[in-house]
Amino acid sequence: MDRKEWLLGLYRSMVLLREFEDRVKVLFLEGTMPGTIHQYQGQEACGVGVCAALGPDDVITSTHRPHGHALAKGLTADEVMAELFGKVTGCCKGKGGSMHVGDLAKGMVPAVAIVGGGLPIAAGMALAFKMRGEKRIAAAFMGDGATNEGIFHEALNMSAIWDLPVLWVVENNLYGASTHVSKVMKVPHIADRAAAYGMPGTTVDGNDVLAVYEAAHKAGERARSGKGPTLLELVTYRITGHSRRDPALYQPDEEKKQAQANEPIGRFAKKLLADKVCDQKRLDALREDVKAEVELSVQRAIAAPEPKPEDALEDMFV
Amino acid sequence: MSGKRLGIAEALREGIAEEMRRDPRVFCIGEDIAIPGGWGGAFTVTYGLEKEFADRMVNTPIAEAGLMGAALGAAMMGMRPIADVQYSDFLFCAMDQVANQVAKMRYMSGGKLTVPMVMRAPVGVTGRGSQHAQMMEPFFLPLPGIKILVPATAYDAKGLLKAAVRDGNPVLIFEHKLLYGSKGPRSESGTVDASSDIPEGDYTVPIGKGIVRREGSDVTIIATLLMMHRAMEAAALLEKDGISAEVIDPRSLVPFDWDLVKTSVTKTNRVVIVEESPKRGGLGAEIAATLAEEMLDCLVAPVKRVAAPVTPAPFSPPMEKFYIPDAARIAKAAKELMEIS
Repeated sequence: MDRKEWLLGLYRSMVLLREFEDRVKVLFLEGTMPGTIHQYQGQEACGVGVCAALGPDDVITSTHRPHGHALAKGLTADEVMAELFGKVTGCCKGKGGSMHVGDLAKGMVPAVAIVGGGLPIAAGMALAFKMRGEKRIAAAFMGDGATNEGIFHEALNMSAIWDLPVLWVVENNLYGASTHVSKVMKVPHIADRAAAYGMPGTTVDGNDVLAVYEAAHKAGERARSGKGPTLLELVTYRITGHSRRDPALYQPDEEKKQAQANEPIGRFAKKLLADKVCDQKRLDALREDVKAEVELSVQRAIAAPEPKPEDALEDMFV
Repeated sequence: MSGKRLGIAEALREGIAEEMRRDPRVFCIGEDIAIPGGWGGAFTVTYGLEKEFADRMVNTPIAEAGLMGAALGAAMMGMRPIADVQYSDFLFCAMDQVANQVAKMRYMSGGKLTVPMVMRAPVGVTGRGSQHAQMMEPFFLPLPGIKILVPATAYDAKGLLKAAVRDGNPVLIFEHKLLYGSKGPRSESGTVDASSDIPEGDYTVPIGKGIVRREGSDVTIIATLLMMHRAMEAAALLEKDGISAEVIDPRSLVPFDWDLVKTSVTKTNRVVIVEESPKRGGLGAEIAATLAEEMLDCLVAPVKRVAAPVTPAPFSPPMEKFYIPDAARIAKAAKELMEIS
């Protein structure tokens, strides 16, 4: 693929994540969609940039905020949307829901909605790759909040002592639910914590998709060559509430304003135009294309059959 | 039969080694499991296995949640981990991984993935005070998604371990410290002989099938692990008083062999359930409730539970002796049922 198409692919992917979430928000607020939601608006460059550095055989773990990771890893809007609606056509046949979307066939285990819970699982997947001499890697997405969990320490330490092929991807959106990271962490950068495990740690502009890609690619090559894990801190911002109807009153207005100006899709669009990769018309066409894809996924999800109630009894053991 | 006499620790070790030879995906992961000069886990089960399987014995940091999560990740990637904690009490440290992740991952995936992993955990009130003493079955019994095995003999330990490795689901094996027959510096005082004649060659014990340890006609005594051996002693005492006790060892708690229990109760009409764990909310409660729901008309007397009191396990030997059900208490409960009807 030539570089221009690759760049536009990143753009389209980020727009897909955004349009998907914006549509889901409306569906949820109007009461069409069941359950609860934790959304990804503003953090698209993280998921898209990291997954662009992964191959189809590589695997990810995700969090309670997983829609973006799923779409970035290659799950279709159809199967994720249907899962959010609890339909049998969903990626987990309606047994997962918003917080557990995933499909191992696409390299994503069902998202782990216990903060930090996915980290040792990623280490174990990487351990399997290493034991079998495979060149695959695992990437564990987490928020800033996960780095204060005890399991963060256990998982990162294990990955370091065994030189496991893992990318520890912290999306630092500055807030664990409503609590600002400065209230719960004494070191200035989460990446500083990597030193405690003897692994490299880098702080990256998480709203710059190319910077994220470059960092993830470098860490990925390091992991594939047997040199071990890397801690990537991607500094970003959540331009939506923590969950459901959260108006995010804890985010200062000035900060929100700056975040809107710094949000990753607009920034990348400006760069694509400035670098003359394409014109605005092409970008608009891509967005329209994505909107149609998302709308189709909504229509299909609504039309899809509900599971039979007694399907709840299936899928326990092999 | 050209077999040999092995204790549980040795039988498990042989079973693990055979499974690792049979299937290159099988590996062990745990704390202190294969350090030359070490003990092979807290109770010698994996002693020396690093000599044959240097690359498949993963010694972890002291990180129970981490190692259980790592086993889960490896299992989903097609490996067959056998993960162990040194004492079952430490499962609480790993509880998010075991209860939220291991137990639910296949279900949440809509059955698209499998979690073929074995967990091993030593239980038993054994002179160590409250935190290295718990019987963990009551905490896991209500948790959907994990099979639970409780081998009381070396034959069953090996056969169930091998069946667990091949099962393809999360299987948790509780092993009793006083039944291991661990040797050398890791031997236990107060140990009970649970050794068996182990046949040559491959065999498994089916998961979900209990066994009648002693046939009888007056009262059914249901007991697992160490309590099964105490129940056998109690049955011998009862025989002297002319009471014929049938001793049932369920061997699997999940799935549970209800057919075996019901067949026995249909014959004896009286039931004693023995538990080393506190009485509240345990296996006895589950069995008693099910019998009340489904076969109350078969019972001629109330179901009796002989269990530990609802306190942590005490340290001091006299208190510990008081805490753990013994043969005399079990026999007394059975006699009381005979007096009622």
